[in-house]
Amino acid sequence: MKRRLEVSELIFKILSYVFLTVFAICCLYPFLYAISAAISSREAVEYGQVILFPKGVQFHAFSEMFNNNMFWNSYTNTLFITFYGTLWAMGFSILGGYALSKKRLLFRKGFNFFLVFTMWFSAGIVPQYLNYLNTKEVFDFIGITDDKWLVVIAMGMQAMNIILLRNAFEGVPSEIEEAAIVDGATEMQVLGRVYLPMCKSTIATVALFFAISRWNGYFWARQMITNSNEHPLQVFIRLKLEELQDSEFLTGWDKPYSADSVIYALIVCSIIPILVIYPFIQKYFAKGVNMGGVKE
Amino acid sequence: MKIKSDDYLVYDEATGKYREDAEQAVRDDVEKRHWIIVLRTVLKDWRLYLMLVPMLLVFLFWRYFPMYELLGAFKVDDSNLDVADQLYAGFSYFRELFSGATSTSLEFWRAFRNTFLLSFYGLCFGFPMPIIIALFFNEIRSNIARSVYQVITYLPKFMSTVVMTTLITMLVRQSSLTIDIEMGIISKFLVNLGLITEEVGHAGLLNNPGFFRGIYQISGIWETAGYDSIVFFAAIIAISPTSYEAAQIDGAGKMAQMRYVVLPSILSTVIIMLITRIGSLLNVGYEKVLLLYNDNTYVTADVVSTFAQRMGMGTNPSIGLASAAEMLNNVVGMLLVIGANTIARKASDVSLY
Repeated sequence: MKRRLEVSELIFKILSYVFLTVFAICCLYPFLYAISAAISSREAVEYGQVILFPKGVQFHAFSEMFNNNMFWNSYTNTLFITFYGTLWAMGFSILGGYALSKKRLLFRKGFNFFLVFTMWFSAGIVPQYLNYLNTKEVFDFIGITDDKWLVVIAMGMQAMNIILLRNAFEGVPSEIEEAAIVDGATEMQVLGRVYLPMCKSTIATVALFFAISRWNGYFWARQMITNSNEHPLQVFIRLKLEELQDSEFLTGWDKPYSADSVIYALIVCSIIPILVIYPFIQKYFAKGVNMGGVKE
Repeated sequence: MKIKSDDYLVYDEATGKYREDAEQAVRDDVEKRHWIIVLRTVLKDWRLYLMLVPMLLVFLFWRYFPMYELLGAFKVDDSNLDVADQLYAGFSYFRELFSGATSTSLEFWRAFRNTFLLSFYGLCFGFPMPIIIALFFNEIRSNIARSVYQVITYLPKFMSTVVMTTLITMLVRQSSLTIDIEMGIISKFLVNLGLITEEVGHAGLLNNPGFFRGIYQISGIWETAGYDSIVFFAAIIAISPTSYEAAQIDGAGKMAQMRYVVLPSILSTVIIMLITRIGSLLNVGYEKVLLLYNDNTYVTADVVSTFAQRMGMGTNPSIGLASAAEMLNNVVGMLLVIGANTIARKASDVSLY
């Protein structure tokens, strides 16, 4: 039965389309503007003539970026940190989350509290920094001071993600585990062959959370690494921004493109990989939010 | 099994004293054996405990060791000594922060106030936004159109803080006469709309303390509103269509359906999210503030973390004051989180952790 649309309903529908369209445009506009400004001519950018579409198209800003070794270097550093950082955090989180999900674990409550407490109370930036300075000898000893490996292992894991994993593992029926043990599976085999395949989507989501936080990491990377060869992309972008906002530096600017275009080009380059994989990972994110840790 | 006291002792009428029950020896033995059994199962499960070790070590090193450094809040600053060997200063740093007499103390109170206000405004303006968006998403019946809207509105969430702040900085930048650069495009829009004067636009919005909170909130909404709507949208689509039909048969218009069907159904989600939000009232992301503020906007932009960061990590650091400030902020923050969690558990049988 087709119902006649009531007036109030119609108004609401129109309102929602209008509102969402405006909001979507607001969300998208800065990125479109960045792309346009990156490929517009120097005059167009500096006199503020670029509004939505590029004016006087040039690709020099991009080609400068692409020919900049430091840029590629920081890009590979970020990929390195994201890959190994996710691996590092995921490995320990899966092991820990699996152990915590077992009811037979002694002092289970205590271990849980040990994790959850870090969500309630954190020492703060300065104590964390002091702790890093005081324990520097450890890293000197391993030989990773001022190295991207330090960023890989630093500040690694969030308790929330481990709890998400623990909850997922708890959801696996214990009969399956018992059956596997009867068949002669060791603890690692139970984890690897039974639990991991059954919690695939949670693991993908949590890995994504870790990867995003690694990809986006800025503050500690900047504090811990002084060697510019080891800087990740985020630090590189920020330093470039600080450099190009310095008006003394800019008075000698004689390139055929604006300094602003360089920053916009950098922004565009840094978000392209995310845009490429974004459609594939989006659904895991939606799932992750709904898991949201609301449990018990 | 609980052991009662009269299980344990028997009254000996001959001597008039209590003495140990003979069976107690057996019970003690069982008890002892019980522990041996427990120990044996633990040993049999040693792999499980080994799995915990790396995670615990990482947390110990990166989360708990720094807490030890907080001891610096009670000790006289001396960078040559380990925090344990420094002399005790009692509560003098806390007193200095509280006093309101020195400029540092005034700065601390300003930072504390800013921290609170930034999250409070976030609560007032940022919190309702995802709910509204979720309600509007629900109105769009076409799946393709809705997916397009969703993909676009989630997008800013995936930008890093650095990329976002860089974009903001560029879009509201100051103009420069010496090198001929026009003000940022957003400032220009605002000037054309008559919302700000041209001088303000030329000076750069990020250099104006009056605009920091607005920029912070609007960029926060821009970044998270679409993505945060996922939770509420999931609650809305979980409503059974029969509820709407029943309401329609009863003659409910759109507004009445909102009021009597949708709102009650998503209320528990809203309350939980609200309580979480209140719980994290003092956890303002320092990274975003750190990347957006400058000397001109300390008045409205400085939060406790950034204040502590400047005190403790800048030139001529004062570790004691920085640690004391962070400790105060984080302890109050923790009390808020625990309080919020307790209320959530009482209100809805749903605990957040």
